[in-house]
This record gives sequence, structure tokens and C-alpha cells, in this order.
Amino acid sequence: MSEVIKIRKGLDIKIKGEAEKIFMRAEPSELYAVKPVDFHNLIPKLTVRTGDKVRAGTPLFFDKNHPDVLLTSPVSGTVDAINRGERRHILEIIIKADPVVEYESFITGDPARMDAGEIKKNLLESGLWPVIRQRPYDIIANPEDIPKAIFISAFNTAPLAPDYDFVVKGCEADFQIGIDALAGLTAGRVYLNINDEYPASQVFTMARNVQINRFRGPHPAGNVGVQIHNIDPINKGEIVWYVAPQDVITIGRLFEKGIYDASKVVALTGSEVIRPRYYKITGGSSIKNMVNNNVSESNNRYISGDVLTGRKIPSDGYIGYYDSQVTVIPEGDHYEFIGWARPGFRKYSVSRSFWSWLMPDRQYRIDTNIKGGERAFVMTGEYERVFPMDIYPVHLIKAILVKDIDLMEKLGIYEVAPEDFALCEFVCTSKINVQSIIREGLDYMIKEM
Amino acid sequence: MLRSYINKIKHHFEKGGRFEKLQTTFEAFETFLYVPNKVTIKGAHIRDSIDMKRAMAIVVLALMPALIFGMWNVGYQHFLAIGEYKSVWENFVFGFVHVFPIVVVVYVSGLATEFIFAQIRGHEVNEGFLVTGMLIPLIVPVAIPLWMVAVATIFAVIIGKEVFGGTGMNILNPALTARAFLFFAYPSEMSGVNVWIEGLKEGRNIIDGFSGETILAQAASGNTAYVNGIGEQYTTGDMFLGFIPGSIGETSTLAILIGAAILLYTGIGSWRIMLSVFAGGLFMGLVLNLFAVNPFMEIPAWQHLLIGGFAFGAVFMATDPVTAAQTIKGKYIYGFLIGLLAILIRVLNPAYPEGVMLAILLMNVFAPLIDHYVVAANIKKRLRRAIPGS
Repeated sequence: MSEVIKIRKGLDIKIKGEAEKIFMRAEPSELYAVKPVDFHNLIPKLTVRTGDKVRAGTPLFFDKNHPDVLLTSPVSGTVDAINRGERRHILEIIIKADPVVEYESFITGDPARMDAGEIKKNLLESGLWPVIRQRPYDIIANPEDIPKAIFISAFNTAPLAPDYDFVVKGCEADFQIGIDALAGLTAGRVYLNINDEYPASQVFTMARNVQINRFRGPHPAGNVGVQIHNIDPINKGEIVWYVAPQDVITIGRLFEKGIYDASKVVALTGSEVIRPRYYKITGGSSIKNMVNNNVSESNNRYISGDVLTGRKIPSDGYIGYYDSQVTVIPEGDHYEFIGWARPGFRKYSVSRSFWSWLMPDRQYRIDTNIKGGERAFVMTGEYERVFPMDIYPVHLIKAILVKDIDLMEKLGIYEVAPEDFALCEFVCTSKINVQSIIREGLDYMIKEM
Repeated sequence: MLRSYINKIKHHFEKGGRFEKLQTTFEAFETFLYVPNKVTIKGAHIRDSIDMKRAMAIVVLALMPALIFGMWNVGYQHFLAIGEYKSVWENFVFGFVHVFPIVVVVYVSGLATEFIFAQIRGHEVNEGFLVTGMLIPLIVPVAIPLWMVAVATIFAVIIGKEVFGGTGMNILNPALTARAFLFFAYPSEMSGVNVWIEGLKEGRNIIDGFSGETILAQAASGNTAYVNGIGEQYTTGDMFLGFIPGSIGETSTLAILIGAAILLYTGIGSWRIMLSVFAGGLFMGLVLNLFAVNPFMEIPAWQHLLIGGFAFGAVFMATDPVTAAQTIKGKYIYGFLIGLLAILIRVLNPAYPEGVMLAILLMNVFAPLIDHYVVAANIKKRLRRAIPGS
């Protein structure tokens, strides 16, 4: 067993609404969606039209730049609508589900005995390829690359994140097949990173064909970027792929049964959820039936994902492709009289500048108010306290702002993704939108390289 | 009620309104009264409760012990000089009457300049001046003419900050810029024996032979017996508690340490800088002790930390995040060099009795260079990693 890697910097935000480890049944959703916006840098080209019949695994669109990268329908049914936004950007392809799911069929077999080409072909055709993402740039992996390693983070430390050990229960066999498939795609190793703070699920600890690493520490210890940085950092020209555990299981099911079975477990979390629990659903499902009669009456924000990196969706919106969590928190669109001067017993802050430090164990109902105006960089050392990489975050951000490619490279842009900076954004006194700056930097690199 | 009034008049200040030009001014007052109702649109959906206003308010709060003690000490020193014994309250009232106008003049002149610049540039009014405006009164002698304070403050805001692009971009600490300006433009009002105690300059009712010399001036002239104006010996306790003449807020090490505790506990001040400034000062003091050839070089290293503006500079000036080094390693180097240079300048230079101000301003200039080398080391490490087998 390898040694434990301790992450010392970081922060577990004390926010209310963790999901209790109980499975709930929600009425299956009638509508499902695949959202091209979930896939950064992908330009969708539709292969279906409204009214078309599709099965689970039927292609809906492909990437203009990589035509073999397909996205397929998670359920069988009819294409109900194609929702577009500004300049006819495709936002969502809505599928109205049939009562019984019909599947497209794909190749089955033991991936350990297949060559890389066959594995790739199966993943691409079934529409499962996009579950594999890459660093640098944090985009869908390019099927033509051979990564130096593949990382799987078997735990999630984000605020109110689902417990993967609970989520994957009973999926040993599929998980192993998934790993065997991934192992065939890299020249290097597959790293499976587990949380050392409590006994991990057997699904992870008994996995073969991987190197298991143990991590300890606050968020973002579960972020794959932090794990890559500690185990096998990315240098210029190198590529690392990563996959989430539930998606490894989906890959396993593809090779086992020859179908795209998009079922997954999501946690419904947040202070405004009356009974935060886990739900077994199908990917792309509407959250309508989960949140119905299960959230407070206040003006709420619904987030697909966690509060730091998730995407805002309507109360009848759809779960994102990569998300295994839905969070509901109060909107903060109210004024507060001399808020900056109040004692703030109920205000959460990493700094101890509010009296809430008197109650270290309290969990907070945190709303979406920005809680201040945007300012120039003034405070220093804030980001460093929550950013556990050997990278100077503020210097990197400034290099991005002045678009100095050479300097960005030197300061480590290849190793980071917006999510690694989410905590910096949270703690920032100057209220700077750090994640979008990092995203712009990465996009600029993609364009210029 | 107030809120609905603000909402009612708000449109006058928005684009196309009657007072469109005063938009940033309106906004500054509005956000002072109310935290805005803006919600997160991109990035993290939740944010820490701290903002610049809160952070700056905490620093101002941390300065209060030094200010309140300073007011009392102004009265105490004055009545000592005229040979009257007064109660704590009377001392404080006297000090308040003489210090408060300085505070008002600094805020009015400084904020007016800030608002004008915010207006011209069309950006929000930054809260940084709230701290600068509280620092300036604390680092000037009480007898300073008010017009000089106003001139120095305006100079500091324009030359120390706005020409660099405003808050966050400045290289020199604005409050120290104001002090340096006064120090070089009006040396007779910033040094000598008569400026530290209110009333000495006019000379009415002063006890015969009373001297308003600071401890530092006595040490510099080789007289390390340290006596007060009427010839009584100062104890270490007097120096630590601050019953000595000096700039308004700098005398009480205790009051400054209370402020330091607030800054450190809330996490707003950098302990790395504070600690390393004291370490640097102590180190230089010890080195000077080793090679001592005159009484000033012989004074115990720890005593340096209690007298003059050392503690105030270490806690409130060196830690200004904008002008300090920004990297963790850089902060240690920056702080240590400030402490070291402050004592070096203090003891070995014949012209100025105090070295803290110049040491901090000098290191303000070098802070970006220190950071540059710290970051360059990180870059080198990353590049080495890319070459296998090295």
C-alpha cells in the first residue's frame, strides 16, 4: 500500500444540507436532456431533429472538431425539443422518454483482451467517450492522444458532495471492467485515489490493474487536479486523462451488456432541501420530481453540481452530464443595512472577522449574495491558504489577465482547471471571479497552441 | 424606510439620470449603508461573507487602541509639561480636542481626493483610504499644523496611489508617503524637541527647563539614561505602556500589540511579516551590540522594539498587503529586511532619528523584486521537473 498524501491547505465550507445516506425513489422523469454547454469547447452538430425517434445510445450530436466524438441519448423516446439560446446556440436537446427503455446494442467483451482501437471505437460509438476528460485545458479527451496516465478520484470533497463509497455500492464487477477498459487506453498507469480518512468501499480497495493512492485533507483533496499535481504532475506537452467513478461503472456496463445504461446515483443536497437524500436516476433527468414538495418555500437557486463549480438550472431543469449532485440554496437578492459593520453571528467566513467564529461547529445556510463589491487585488495570502498546489495562484491569474502565454506556461497553467480555483474565488475579499479568468486563460492557450 | 428613499432617488444617478456624473459617489454611499442585493452570476454560487469594507473596518478597529491611548497620552504629556496633575478623563479630553481635528482633516481631504478620482475614472470608491486616513494621524506629531496634514494627505493619495492606478496598484504605502512628504518638506515640524508635546512650541506655562525630547533622540545623542521632561527616569514599563513623547499613535507598544492581536486573530494581518520584522530588528540590534562603539549601539536589542515607531511600523505599516511582498517566502524576507534596515538606519545614520519609515518605504520598492525571485525559483523547479533524470 502506498503512503498517504496529506493535503494541508484547503477548506471544508460549513454549509448545511448534506444528504443522508438513504436511497429515495422519485417518480422517473418524463423528460431528459443532453446539454452541449456541459462540454466545454465542443461545437455541436445535430444528427437528430425534433420528432425523431431515438433509443438509448442513439447519437444526438457530434463535435464539429472531432466528428467521432458523439453524444447519445440516455433514454429511448422522441426528440421533444431543441432549445436554443443567443445566436442560435444549442442549449438543450430534450427527449421525451418511452415507458420502457429500448437500447442500441454495442460490442460486448472483456476489455482486458481488446486492443486500444477496439476499446476506443466502442466508447466513441456508444457516446460514452465524453466521460473521459483531459488535463491540460479540462476538456473532452482527444481520441487521437495517448495519455501518460489516467486518474480516477474515488472521493469528492466539494461542499455537500455525494459519498462515492455509498454511491458505488455493489458495482464491483462493472467498476473493474471499466478500469480494464481505461487501462487499455494509456501507455502509463491508471491511478485510483481514495480517501484515507475513513475506510473506503471495497469497490475501490479491491480494484486491480490500478495503482491505489491514499489522500487525506480538506477540499480540494478530492479534486483530480490536486491529485495529479501530487502524484504525476503535467509538464508541457504531456496529457493526462481522468474519469469519475460512476462513469467508470457506466463504461463497465457497456462492455458487459453492450448497452448505454445511463443510470446513476445523485445526491440532492443543500439547506433548502427538506429531506436531502440520494436518488437513483437516469443521466440527463429533469430534477422536477426530486425537488417537488421537497424544498423550502423561499426564492431558491437550483444548481446541478456543487455550490462552488455547479451550473445554475431552473427548478425543472436537467442534471448535467458530469454531475452527481443537485444543490438547492437560497438566493441572496436582498439588501442588508450596514452589513459590513454588523457582528455577523450567522455569517460564515474563513477569516475570523465576524463573530461567528465563536461557534466553530455551526453549519450555515449560505445564500448566493456576493456580499460585497468587486475590487482590485488587495489582500494577499488568501488564495494560498486554500490552494494546495505548488503554483502561485495570483501570479498565474495576473499572467492570464495580461495574456502572457510564456509566463502562463511557466507558472503552471497546464496543471490547473477552473475547479481548482473555486475555493480561491469563494474566499476572495475582492470578489474576483477567478474561475472564469482561469477558463479564459485555458481557452486562450487552446486557441494559440 | 431609508432603503425605499434610496431606491426612489437611485434612478437620478444611473445612466441617463440627472446626476449621472455623481454615480460612483452615490454608489459609495449606497454600499456603505447597504450591502447590495447582487447575487452570483458566474463561478462559485456562494461567497465568503468578508468583503473589502469589512476587512478595512477591522484594520480601523485594530487601530483604535493606539488612537485612544494616543489621545490620552497627548493630554498626559501636555499637563506634565505645564506641571499640572489631571485625571485620566481630563487628559483624554485634552488629547481628543487636539487629535480629532487632525483625523477629520485627513479624512475630509483624502476622501475628497478619492471621490474626485473615482468620479473621473468611473470606478468604485475603494475602501483602502479608510485605513490610510486613520494611519496618517497616528504617525504625525500632535503639534503639526492642520493645513500641512491636508497637503500631505492629498499628496499621498495622488502621488502615492492614484498615479499608479489606484488602490491595489500602488508601490509605496500611502500613509508613509504622507509622513515622508511632511518629513522632508517641513522638517522643523516633524522633528526636534518641541513638536511631540502640545503647547511646547508656544511655550506658555511650561515648567522651566522642561524638555520634550523623545527617547530615540536621547539615545541618538548618547544619553541612554532616558529621562522625561522633568528629569525623571523612564522605566521599561513606561516605554512598553507608552507614557513617552512621540507621534500620536506610536508610543504605546501595548496598544499596538492589542491591535496586532485583532489583525492576527481575524486573519487580516500577516503574522509572517510582523514576526519577521521583529526578528530582523532584534537581529540587527544584537549585531550592533556586538560591535558597539557608542552608547546608542550598546542599548539592548529588545529595547529598540519598544521605542520610536518600530512596533507601529511592524504591525500596521509593513503589513499593508498591497505594498508588501505577496509570496509566502517573500514575506519573511521582506519583513526581516525591514526590521534589520530600520534599526540599522536608526542607529548608524546621523541625520534622522528614526529609521522605520525609510526602511519600510525602501522595502516597499523592493518587494516586487523579492517576489520576482521567489516566483522565478518556482518556475525553475517546474522546468527541471520536465527534464527526466534530473
